[in-house]
Amino acid sequence: MVTIANILAEHEGREGPLLPILHDVQRAFGYVSEDAIREIAIGLNLTRAEVYGVVSFYHDFRKEAETRPIIKLCRAEACKARGVEALMPIADGQDRVKVEAIYCLGLCSVGPAAMIGDQVHARLDAKRLTALMASV
Amino acid sequence: MNVRISDDALAIAVGADSVAAAFIAAGAQVERVSSWGMQWLEPLVDIDGTGYGRVCADQVAAILDGSAASIGRIEDHPFITKQTRLTFARAGKTRPTSLDDYYATDGWIGLAKAQKMGADAIIETVLASGLRGRGGAGFPAGIKWKTVAGVTAHQKYIVCNADEGDSATFADRMVMEGDPFMLIEGMAIAGLAVGANKGYVYIRSEYPHAIAKMETAIAACAHLIAPFIVEVRVGAGAYVCGEETSLLNSLEGKRGEVRAKPPLPALEGLFGLPTVVNNVLTLAAIPWILVHGGDAYAAFGMGRSKGTMPVQIAGNVKHGGLFEVAFGITLGELVNDIGGGTDTGRPVRCVQVGGPLGAYIPPAQFDLPFDYEAFTAADALIGHAGITVFDDSIDMAQMARFAMEFCAVESCGKCTPCRLGSTRGMETLDQIIAGKNVAANLALITDLSETMKFGSLCALGGFTPYPVLSAIQHFPEDFGIAPSPERS
Repeated sequence: MVTIANILAEHEGREGPLLPILHDVQRAFGYVSEDAIREIAIGLNLTRAEVYGVVSFYHDFRKEAETRPIIKLCRAEACKARGVEALMPIADGQDRVKVEAIYCLGLCSVGPAAMIGDQVHARLDAKRLTALMASV
Repeated sequence: MNVRISDDALAIAVGADSVAAAFIAAGAQVERVSSWGMQWLEPLVDIDGTGYGRVCADQVAAILDGSAASIGRIEDHPFITKQTRLTFARAGKTRPTSLDDYYATDGWIGLAKAQKMGADAIIETVLASGLRGRGGAGFPAGIKWKTVAGVTAHQKYIVCNADEGDSATFADRMVMEGDPFMLIEGMAIAGLAVGANKGYVYIRSEYPHAIAKMETAIAACAHLIAPFIVEVRVGAGAYVCGEETSLLNSLEGKRGEVRAKPPLPALEGLFGLPTVVNNVLTLAAIPWILVHGGDAYAAFGMGRSKGTMPVQIAGNVKHGGLFEVAFGITLGELVNDIGGGTDTGRPVRCVQVGGPLGAYIPPAQFDLPFDYEAFTAADALIGHAGITVFDDSIDMAQMARFAMEFCAVESCGKCTPCRLGSTRGMETLDQIIAGKNVAANLALITDLSETMKFGSLCALGGFTPYPVLSAIQHFPEDFGIAPSPERS
């Protein structure tokens, strides 16, 4: 089983290890808990406030577990130009899937685009987004 | 028969993996290569040079028995023949992480030359090329390198800014996913030039495919670039970390807050040590420049904008993709002739060039040439050369509001004009959209924009007013005010 101590040990001696550590913690546990923040702070000889400040700064890190499946839907300009806003009622009209805004997946000529975990999807329309949401 | 299908994230996002699986199931040999950049045709299947566009798995049998319609030879397609591909010379042709393919296409020649010629001559070559930073600011790369080379320190760094967050940009992603060795070679040459033995590639977390390809490529070529070491670091969803000083803080494991300049990162950068921070496209241009010479690169382009720019045509456009071309081409040629107008078939209302901080430009200004100085003179921004095309159904007041909203979401919070200005700007635009005190609120937005432009620490707060003000200037009718008669 992965523990915070293992993760800290893996990154020992690295320059600027906090972000790689937080990514690993989030991947292993789904979020960065208060306890994790305390343990990381001790391990890196930082204050809890410093670690908390970093966790809260970046959109990727969650401070609480999310139990629902997550779809990150691009809401940036190029996807707006290709009609993502017209798809929003599909996302807003339900609560089973957490649909989060993301700003750009680099798929800007084939949007609207979305990401689930590391999987990317593009050329979404109402039918495809509905199917995608049902698949998670 | 050689079947080639891209394994670039965009191709995968529109179904390339299932098409490749169908070919394999039908008994064909499939090579996964980089993307040609003809993105409207993805998944594009290349069979011995002949292309089949937007292929679905159920068309595979028809392609194999010769009954499917092709687009002809890919290399003869006008979208490709009209380009000058220096940085993207290998696009569509090589397997991204194959060292054999890289060697077979002039790979590592630039680094070998650099090792022989020495630091001063490398810098002279880059200066002669006229290469300017491709991240947006357009600062001459050779001068930055010379500054770092001139400092004595026990440790220096090469940092590659791969935090490509602007909407409508994907050239960095395509380099990392399609030709990662070229970027690593460029970084190693930069290391030789300035005396740095450690490089970081800071890649945004929204690009998992680029991260994986870069890590594979770095492991495969570590022995070729030694003693230079390259390491990938992954961002965490903060747009502002594309700003170089904020990126350095993030690499150090801190909040990605912008640093005041001076000191310049060239003198006090990562961990306070001399650091070259260059964009992916800047470093990716270096191997070509070393192989062919600085003058050969400077022969392309116009004025003080030398060489080629990988332009990214995106948004509501018929022929979207990567179009590398010498500076000087006009916006109209890119949008109408190359891009083919909108995907929806409706009239083009405007384009935004340079990402969320770039101005909205109406068709009346489409004679604007792609040139750093010409864009600056028109209050516009080339930035990372992404073009978002919009049709006439777009509501520009909503886009202006979004510019402020985006700035509010992504502001690092260090300086007041950006942190508070963006939120107040959003609220004021809401009032305008609701038709409340329109004239007074527009005056307020103009005043606030001045404060943000001149009072912000970095380009996020400083450039957010450009899309807002250009939207008001060119499309006043969307803000509930009558267009002035002299409006273009």
